[in-house]
Amino acid sequence: MTGGLPPQPGTVPVPPAGDGDGGAGVRLDVRDLEIRVGESGPDVVSGISFEVPGGEVLGLVGESGSGKTTVALALLGHARRGLRISGGEVRLDGTDLLQLPAGDLRALRGARVAYVPQDPAAALNPTLRVGTQLREALKVHPGVVDDPGGRVLEVMREVRLDPTPELLRRYPHQLSGGQQQRIGLAMAFCCRPSLIVLDEPTTGLDVSTQRHVLDTVRSLCRSYGVAAVYVSHDLAVVGGLVAEVAVMYAGRIVEIGPTAKVFGEPLHPYTRGLLAAVPSPQRAEVLTGIDGQPPRPGRRGPGCSFAPRCGFAVSECLARPPEPAFIEGRAVRCIRVTQIRSAVTGRPAAVTGRAAGDPAATLSLREVSARYGRAQVLSGVELDVPPESCVAVVGESGSGKTTLARCIVGLHSNWTGEITFDGGRLVPGARDRPRETLRRVQYIFQNPYTSLNPRKTVGQIVAQPLEQLLGLPYRERAERATRVLEDVSLGSDFAGRYPDQLSGGERQRVAIARALVVEPDLLVCDEVTSALDVSVQAVIVEELRRLQRERHLAMIFITHNLALVRSIAQSAVVLRDGAVVEAGPVEQILEHPADPYTIRLIADVPRLAAPGPQREAGAAQPGG
Amino acid sequence: MAAVAPTVPSAPSARAARTGRHPWLSVLWTAARTPRGAVGLALASVIVLIAVVGPFMASKSPDALLTLPFAKPSGQFPLGGDFLGRDVLSRVLNGGWALLLMALAATAIGIATGAAAGMSAAYLRGRSDSLIMRTVDVILAFPQLVFALLLVSLLGPKVWLIVLAVGLTHAPAVARVIRSATLDVSERDYVKVVELQGMKPAKVMTSEILPNLISPLMVEAGLRLTYSIVIMAGLAFLGFGQAPPAANWGLMINENRSGLPLNPWAVIVPAVLIALLTIGTNTFTDAIARVTIGVDRRPEEAVLLDELTPGQAR
Repeated sequence: MTGGLPPQPGTVPVPPAGDGDGGAGVRLDVRDLEIRVGESGPDVVSGISFEVPGGEVLGLVGESGSGKTTVALALLGHARRGLRISGGEVRLDGTDLLQLPAGDLRALRGARVAYVPQDPAAALNPTLRVGTQLREALKVHPGVVDDPGGRVLEVMREVRLDPTPELLRRYPHQLSGGQQQRIGLAMAFCCRPSLIVLDEPTTGLDVSTQRHVLDTVRSLCRSYGVAAVYVSHDLAVVGGLVAEVAVMYAGRIVEIGPTAKVFGEPLHPYTRGLLAAVPSPQRAEVLTGIDGQPPRPGRRGPGCSFAPRCGFAVSECLARPPEPAFIEGRAVRCIRVTQIRSAVTGRPAAVTGRAAGDPAATLSLREVSARYGRAQVLSGVELDVPPESCVAVVGESGSGKTTLARCIVGLHSNWTGEITFDGGRLVPGARDRPRETLRRVQYIFQNPYTSLNPRKTVGQIVAQPLEQLLGLPYRERAERATRVLEDVSLGSDFAGRYPDQLSGGERQRVAIARALVVEPDLLVCDEVTSALDVSVQAVIVEELRRLQRERHLAMIFITHNLALVRSIAQSAVVLRDGAVVEAGPVEQILEHPADPYTIRLIADVPRLAAPGPQREAGAAQPGG
Repeated sequence: MAAVAPTVPSAPSARAARTGRHPWLSVLWTAARTPRGAVGLALASVIVLIAVVGPFMASKSPDALLTLPFAKPSGQFPLGGDFLGRDVLSRVLNGGWALLLMALAATAIGIATGAAAGMSAAYLRGRSDSLIMRTVDVILAFPQLVFALLLVSLLGPKVWLIVLAVGLTHAPAVARVIRSATLDVSERDYVKVVELQGMKPAKVMTSEILPNLISPLMVEAGLRLTYSIVIMAGLAFLGFGQAPPAANWGLMINENRSGLPLNPWAVIVPAVLIALLTIGTNTFTDAIARVTIGVDRRPEEAVLLDELTPGQAR
């Protein structure tokens, strides 16, 4: 792990960030960081340079595989197995962490550099009480704080947990997800570090909890002058939290600068694409995703890695990697910055179909209650899905929205009440339902990484329901499978591939094709985009919207993402603890929510580029 | 089953190869390329080669009385004579194939019944589960060799019966392993998908679940083959197996142990062959197990693969 690569002459320091409140000058200074696979393998990330002053948070944004976590770990002087930090500097208050001997580095971690992992439930030891774990962090670094016992109570207050002995005696599983993440934060902050690295710390949390945790992070960094790097795939979360943001793509920082500018007027085509893909709760817009997928390490060409997916690309882009261009306090790795700047793009408003109100609903639920064992998961849910329209079911985790979907399709059979589909009552279990019903109601699972059998080809997967539900002969199955694959924008050449060879978005398209191949009347989509990157999410949502319109489908779109609702649904139902708290047309629910719970939910949705004046002005206008 | 359209060769990563058309072949191939697997496979193959080619290579009849009992090795009889004065080398060359065949057959029986029982128990749940698993518990309560001996001594030492007995004693342990593997697979979404298509349980098990059990099945098969060889040889040593004039490594150890000081080769050679065979199969099995859980993947490869498969990332 020896650095030794001198700063290259071509790289220029990143423009200084805005002055922080409790700032203490630049605390973290990263220069030309490069990480390779093995001794001589391809680089996973390279040319990473940024500075973070005390009290400030830098957002490191990127989609899966962009190398953001690799960079985050390198800030602690760590590389994952098989990777090697092959060059650059990570200076914390002047000391280059990458040059420190292993022992010193270990002493530094936890004390001066702290890490908050993604999944608090997995990071906390389930067999130790949280108090013990907090004290342990202090015990490992003796002398860092004067009074460990008092510091534990103090840090608990700082992360806004009630510092009662009762709470400290609990085990991690006895805490909620938000509380667990606060404990994780407390462990990171308890030694009063100079640098804190947060790796998607709020990804698994509800919007409301998310916001509270984010507020805590921000105020702690301010008041103690801590430099923080916040890694996230969620642009909206980052937008509300950080003053400066770095966007990563294929192992490079493609754009870095003040958040308001980067998100308000993005210059790199990738940033622009990414922002266009983020749904907005204020307006119903056509989401534009970015087609294709980022090149893998070792498969990147000599030029700009984004060029193959870029609408502005010219032949020059493919020749050599672009050097950062400096414009208005930010660095952009694109040679066509000035041309792009003049190009204006707006997002067209989405054509929302007709609203609910049709008396003959395709699907209606009356007084549906469901339980898992003793636990009541749904109570008295009422829902109507008019023909050819899309109803969104919105709720936080644990609200029972997935159970609702599973009751409708027959995967969960322990329910009471009445579900009517096209005039006929549905029996609880899928096993007892006639084939025709099974065919007409199709379900798309949340996670395309688990819903496709890894041992079957795409062709087999898509053709299977035709054999099971329609009993078609082989030739016809193959024909229809090919046709539907083309319909979901996958070529027929995908039929011979295995799921492992597909990206997340392609997998989800296969899952959609499998549902559509039997020509259903009702499509139940359960969080179908939550496992996908935002640019892919946009593509999938648009695809679903188009297919729903073309095939005259009734659709139930289950999501925790309120912003997405506007882009796809005509009416919405808000679930809380298994009960419907509000139902009605989407515009009404998002603009004039009646229930306090809905109001809070909408208020807590992270807004993209909160400080950005341009977007804010645009967003304030009534929806199109 | 033919693919609907021709496969487009796209970035054949190691992972893709592993889950390709013949996943078991590629796992075997990957395992054989690790040092551990290469050693194990080489050892086992040499012994198997001796057992298979041996009968054709033997220059003398394994049954003819050609020399003095326990004769020392000589130019004509490189490994000397056995307790009746038969040529040890010819008997060694002839004594492996039956043992190997019986062990393979027993393994096949054990894996097939065990996998069927374990998979049904896990997938059907409820009463079938209790019934199958309690039966398994009862059989597991007997030591394996004792259970085989019990069956054989009750019904007489017939070769097919020995194979069946040894095979059935493997089934419970296999059933346990496969049951827990199935419990995991049957909760996956792709199984729910075909359930929603109204697929019959038997077909769900054979066409959706079984292909995903290849890794545990292969590891179990290797392990059970090792045990089968040991048990078969042990049974032959104890006199249950092929009837005495036949050449059999296990039997040879027993027959010739009284003459150990006179001609030790008559005991050592078959014993060493059995030992090397079991060490070889076991080592190779270990390599398979490591490959399937990813321990022996080259680290760079592992990182790249993890990088490329976001998995549960949200």
